[in-house]
Amino acid sequence: MKPATLIFTAAVLCAFAISPALAQGDAPLAAPTGDVTATQLPPTTPPIIIRHGKIYSLGAAGTLDDGDIRIDNGKITAVGKNLSVPAGATVIDAKGKPVTPGLMASYTQLGIQEIEMVNETNDSEGDSDINTAAFDVADAINPNSTLIPIARIAGVTRSLIAPEPNNGVFFGQAAVIHLGDSNDLLVKRHAGVFATIGPLGADTQRGTRPDTWSLFRETLNDAREYWAQRAGYHKPGGSRDQRSKRIDLEALGPVIRGEEPLIIYANRASDIRQIITYCTANKLKLVILGAQEGWMAATELAKADVPVIVDARLNLPNSFSEIGATLQNAARMDAAGVRVMFMPASDDPAQYARTITQVAGNAVANGMPWAHALAAITKVPAEVWGIGDSYGTLDPGKDADIVVWDGDPLEVTSAPTAVLIKGKNIPLVSRQTALQERYKNLSDKTMPFAYR
Amino acid sequence: MLQGKGMPIWGAAAIVIVTLIGAWALIPQMEGPGKSASTVAVVKDAFPNDEFPTTYKRLASKPTIIQNATILTGTDKEIAEASIVMQDGKIIAVGTDLTVPDGAMIIDGKGKFVTPGVIDIHSHLGVYPSPSEPATADGNEATNPVTANVRAENSVWPQDPGFSRALAGGVTTLEILPGSANLIGGRSVVLKNVAARTVQAMKFPDAPYGLKMACGENPKRVYGDKGGPSTWMGDVAGYRAAFAKADAYRHKWRHYWKAKHAGKDADPPDRDLGLETLALVLDKKIAVQMHCYRADQMATMIDVSKEFGFRIAAFHHATEAYKVADLLRENNICAVMWADWWGFKMEAYDAVPAGLAMVDAAGACAMIHSDDPIGIQRLNQEVAKAMAAGRRIGLKITRAHAVAWMTRNPAKALGILDKVGTLEKGKMADVVMWSGDPFSVYSHAEKVFIDGALLYDRDDPRLSPRSDFELGQLPGRAHTGGAGQ
Repeated sequence: MKPATLIFTAAVLCAFAISPALAQGDAPLAAPTGDVTATQLPPTTPPIIIRHGKIYSLGAAGTLDDGDIRIDNGKITAVGKNLSVPAGATVIDAKGKPVTPGLMASYTQLGIQEIEMVNETNDSEGDSDINTAAFDVADAINPNSTLIPIARIAGVTRSLIAPEPNNGVFFGQAAVIHLGDSNDLLVKRHAGVFATIGPLGADTQRGTRPDTWSLFRETLNDAREYWAQRAGYHKPGGSRDQRSKRIDLEALGPVIRGEEPLIIYANRASDIRQIITYCTANKLKLVILGAQEGWMAATELAKADVPVIVDARLNLPNSFSEIGATLQNAARMDAAGVRVMFMPASDDPAQYARTITQVAGNAVANGMPWAHALAAITKVPAEVWGIGDSYGTLDPGKDADIVVWDGDPLEVTSAPTAVLIKGKNIPLVSRQTALQERYKNLSDKTMPFAYR
Repeated sequence: MLQGKGMPIWGAAAIVIVTLIGAWALIPQMEGPGKSASTVAVVKDAFPNDEFPTTYKRLASKPTIIQNATILTGTDKEIAEASIVMQDGKIIAVGTDLTVPDGAMIIDGKGKFVTPGVIDIHSHLGVYPSPSEPATADGNEATNPVTANVRAENSVWPQDPGFSRALAGGVTTLEILPGSANLIGGRSVVLKNVAARTVQAMKFPDAPYGLKMACGENPKRVYGDKGGPSTWMGDVAGYRAAFAKADAYRHKWRHYWKAKHAGKDADPPDRDLGLETLALVLDKKIAVQMHCYRADQMATMIDVSKEFGFRIAAFHHATEAYKVADLLRENNICAVMWADWWGFKMEAYDAVPAGLAMVDAAGACAMIHSDDPIGIQRLNQEVAKAMAAGRRIGLKITRAHAVAWMTRNPAKALGILDKVGTLEKGKMADVVMWSGDPFSVYSHAEKVFIDGALLYDRDDPRLSPRSDFELGQLPGRAHTGGAGQ
């Protein structure tokens, strides 16, 4: 199978290279309200002014009913009322509509997965059947993925991209990307190492909880031992005899030092409590992914300041680890002081990245304050994933990731009218809008659709 | 994926024990519910079609009027400050200035919206229930590419907690289908979303069965290494071979019936449960509900249906229906679509957010569906997304029209539009009162009526069904399931 796969891969890559649909980033598509195109901006670009917006800055400026934002060279330089419009500036009139920071979807496979079930396009799951802490999604980012424009025209400008669980207890490293028009989407490598405690469901081969825990502890113990005598790794009596691979032990260094978050997929309240106990005792930086019974361990999560990534729509006992799943989960954890972040619809969070607003909206519909839900897809993940200095609020000095909406951003009928990523005004087009355009009029059959 | 999709292809299939009831007897087709097989006396010239008769009985209810609400009738009408009257399980009147019936329960609908009960034409609740375990996965008889002999109703677990959650999303009727592992997966069943101990007590009276068939990737993925089909052309050959056999089977029976009527001493042919179902499809007593993503494959299936004379009611998951909406319109076939699912497999790569609205705008019958126990809880939001995406490409779509995508059109595709799907006098009183515009993410289904009986009330914990599975879970906790979970 392997040689055939490689040939097939090469063929497809060639096809992609000449595909007009994928070259859209270079197309001379006019931005909706300005004269800036998405093509290579010179080092110094004219300023952009967003005017008359209902600005939810989530920062020092608070919320402004009729506010302006100035952008210079990709950065926000001013947020306030009645900013002066410099000569040559591109003006975006928000017409009183909401303006928010670009959204951040925590836990997607954007850029590392095109079609989930087409293996050749899916770089999100490690092969190893034991441990793959070293599996690093940052090695696989494809800036030409069609998923990037599809997500960003819905307002998603950042994501924590993540491996998907395999049979290992540790299943890889996350990265932070931006979704801008660029060949380099990587914002931050080593944004977290993923692990899982407890069964994933019917198809897991990981074994029991005690199996998972013993492997989990042993691996982290190995890592501590390895890092304590790293130089002696290959010497007799050195850490060479450990079960874990050297690259995995390397990857776990920042985790055992408490520098990089350990992101653990767990849903059952008892698992969550036990994980908190272990990580607190060992001074690890912890984030819980899933957390469907998180509301039952909310006090412990809040006390240990453990943030969570949840899909707020989930309310079924999909497994015996999710018996307590409820639509009120996010609201209850939030009320208890837990830092809540949202992931998009969890069946395929990369393809469904645009559902991040619907997920947040459903949390609000079930009791979470609106402002907290917006923070859960902007400011909170910015802080948790360590990019709060450059993203997450509309404050001067930060990257200009800004979305102008045609309505309440958390409402299912709303959509962006302008999306800026790192100061670039992104054309609101994608492979999907191109398909819509092609088939909008079925009655004109003068030439085949392929000529449209 | 962290959560399984609603279309799993479990390799390990359940063993279906088919019990033939007593000695062979040809059971006549029942005229309606309630008659039992014991009335078998004469041989009729028809294949049996009611072996698991419904025992559904509407629950008792007082006459009810909802007043001052915005009513979306499902017939493209929006009526402001309107009322709806329900009595004896039926809708009595819809409009303004209605008289309050004697002894009626009066509900103030100020600021609220009323719609027909939501209908999900594509659900696997009960056959792939929660919890999702190998022990509960009964949706795909993946032992043979053609299993026309099996029926979803024989797999439905009525205690699936998902039914109650769907009720809280306003779902009053659902079609439960076998999965899509097989070319021909078996019969679907239409259920009223009422809590019951048996599936028979949920069966929608007089709703026709559907036949689940599947195009495309799934059958070839499941059978590619198990003797085939391994290609799409193999799939097509498989459908045609099955219907050719069914045609011959039907001919044999017709021949027998003719002989019998002529007073000749003829032996009945051997009964074949699968071919019997397919013969009913050829007789147009059962319509095909066909899982089919790709536009070109839909066109092929239309030709196959014409060759053998069966009716395709709808293409499900029809992500590419927008490319051939004219063809669907001409052939009177509906498109069952998602708002924004896409890209999870190759044949779903070309789905577009405005797809449903584009099919609708082309004059074909389009609708939403869930295929998912989470999605079924908010089909109103899914319609809202599809409507908004359509508007963004310039289509004029009112919410009065869009509501049909989750009510009237699925009723039509299921062959039950004469009973449900719109708020019209004489129809079953399957009604939802929403806390606000149903196309807002912040709105909830507040009160859900099925045949006039209030079976879910968001403000009354006593009116929130809880399945046996959820009872006593999380000991000591106040929240252990129920519709409002």
